[in-house]
Amino acid sequence: MQPTKEQSLWMYENMVVSRRFEEAIEKAYLEGKTPAFNMANGPIPGEMHLSNGQEPVAVGVCAHLNADDIVTATHRPHHQAIAKGVDLKRMAAEIFGKSTGLSGGRGGHMHLIDPAVNFSCSGIIGESCGPACGAALSRTIQSKPGVAVAFLGEGAANQGAFHEALNLAGTWKLPVVFVIEDNSWGISVPKAEATAVIRNDVRAAGYGMPGHYVPGNDPHAIFDVAGEAIARARKGEGPTLIEAETYRLAGHFMGDAEQYRPKGEKDALFAKDPIPKMRERLLAEGCTATELDEIEQRADSLVADAITFARESDYAPESDALTAVFV
Amino acid sequence: MLDQPTNERRLTIARAMAEAMQQEMQRDPRVFVMGEDIAGFGGIFGNTRGLFEKFGKERVRDTPISETGFISAAVGAAMDGMRPVVELMFVDFFGVCFDAIYNQMAKNAYFSGGNASVPMVLMTSTGGGYSDAGQHSQCLYGTFAHLPGMKVVSPSNAYDAKGLMTAAIRDDNPVVYMYHKQLQGMGWLGTEPGATLNTPQEGYTVEIGKAKVVRAGSDVTLVGLAMGVHNALKAADKLAEEGVNAEVIDLVSLVPLDRETVINSVAKTGRLIVIDEDYHSYGVSGEIIATVTEHDVSKLKASPARVTFPDVPIPYAKHMEQFCLPNPDKIIAAYRKM
Ligand SMILES: Cc1ncc(C[n+]2csc(CCOP(=O)(O)OP(=O)(O)O)c2C)c(N)n1
Repeated sequence: MQPTKEQSLWMYENMVVSRRFEEAIEKAYLEGKTPAFNMANGPIPGEMHLSNGQEPVAVGVCAHLNADDIVTATHRPHHQAIAKGVDLKRMAAEIFGKSTGLSGGRGGHMHLIDPAVNFSCSGIIGESCGPACGAALSRTIQSKPGVAVAFLGEGAANQGAFHEALNLAGTWKLPVVFVIEDNSWGISVPKAEATAVIRNDVRAAGYGMPGHYVPGNDPHAIFDVAGEAIARARKGEGPTLIEAETYRLAGHFMGDAEQYRPKGEKDALFAKDPIPKMRERLLAEGCTATELDEIEQRADSLVADAITFARESDYAPESDALTAVFV
Repeated sequence: MLDQPTNERRLTIARAMAEAMQQEMQRDPRVFVMGEDIAGFGGIFGNTRGLFEKFGKERVRDTPISETGFISAAVGAAMDGMRPVVELMFVDFFGVCFDAIYNQMAKNAYFSGGNASVPMVLMTSTGGGYSDAGQHSQCLYGTFAHLPGMKVVSPSNAYDAKGLMTAAIRDDNPVVYMYHKQLQGMGWLGTEPGATLNTPQEGYTVEIGKAKVVRAGSDVTLVGLAMGVHNALKAADKLAEEGVNAEVIDLVSLVPLDRETVINSVAKTGRLIVIDEDYHSYGVSGEIIATVTEHDVSKLKASPARVTFPDVPIPYAKHMEQFCLPNPDKIIAAYRKM
């Protein structure tokens, strides 16, 4: 399954928006954290997990989804949220802890929930899988269209919740697709030292569903495989497991010294940065430089507007901390 | 501030914990350590630094992100004669693996009529104050202490951290060792200076189940643990400027709980404030107050008070989180209302 030109450009635009967003967040995050890095300080405090380099998986999958479909995501959720269409301004405001944020500042960057586009995420590893099954089940029971996609990291594929959810999905033939972003690291632990199999797609066999591995951090290849899987789910033919190779160009979190990385790994990954690669490919396929420049400029201003909106928004009253526990 | 033996070695809690583990691993080949990012990385909160280089990957094992798997495995290894120290990176993650902890680790000694033992340490980080939001900032002291069969300790300083870790490893029972992130000495998330203390090089134990009077006073008893102790000490300093003499008790251990030290102190002061970063209801603060009132309510000159985290998930935004957290001013305000 190959993307139309429109779909290709949509993927490119969302990759660029995502990258620019992360760059802007990184810059703002570092404000107030010098000379001594202290996570608690600055306009964006707390942990920050950036998705630089992992954009292809999010866009290759979400290109097949509409607002009605469900995405459950991870502790590293920005690229997934952007590709799913979460409002960028409200997402930025949430990360800045402002009243205009998705939760008014209660949740923060690991807890982005946007019911308008059926997006949610969790900071607990593996916890995207179960809720995706439940949402898929709900659509089945209600005879409503829609599929659910659970994103997770390759480290999360060793969590009990992942295996239980796959068995549930396989047993009940749920319209759900599990998408593993294999960036080969779980914080400092390499995949090979934590996983009994080399590739997680083989695990699908144990749960009665097809499994696919997509090498190369290639948006078009992911688009292809995800398209088949999502179409299958829409037809009621059951779940699929996809593992896609991807690259984490940033540290695990901001402030990570990354001493565990073998020498040269980062340089090698940057040389394979998927965004310039995608641009080259689009040019080779006949897109014009002007066309792509325009996309990049649009991405820049979208991100700039979102960050400005976040900065200029007010904080909620501190006592709002005590509200919204129940609805 | 704390009255401890002095020498020239000021250690952070992180280093004190690592030193205790290292010394116990040297003494006892049955001791081994496992958890996420605890080998080459040295633990996200620095508490296993140097162990991997010294003992290698057989005894210092990075695990998959499979908490149920490796914590249950520690239970099995402990029952088979080993002395595992396992790390649950953040206490908040107990939700994915609690059965291993409270139904297996904590109950197998009892189910065997005392014929089997589960000598393991589960170390886990607690606490917020740095905007890590609702799944990475909890204390959950009461949740663990509520369930029978596991000892629960939480140091407020490096001296106790080392002695408690040594005692926990030598204990024949499961010990949950809860270390507060903001006391840990990791500069990148800020640290309470009062937690970094002179710590002897040679191995020693701090008794599990014994509270400490860390500041003597006669007007009000402030009871806390971990971060709460430092908030209490700061409040006591401010109260002293007004001529109010606060006694501060560091609980050190929640299970067993040294009720006697608290009761004796309140018998003297007649006033009790409990400081607990855990949620307000159904927790340590209620337990301490019940302990005192059950024993002899007539000793109280005023209703006891508690300075705790309100019963809401921990908010991300800094101003909201700070609004919810205990602090010295809230302790002083509680005293003024008495
Ligand atoms: C249940 C649970 N255990 C541990 C953690 C701590 N933790 C946060 S991210 C992470 C690594 C996750 O690796 P992976 O799933 O591959 O995702 P990546 O970070 O590489 O995107 C760990 C261990 C957690 N958040 N939840």
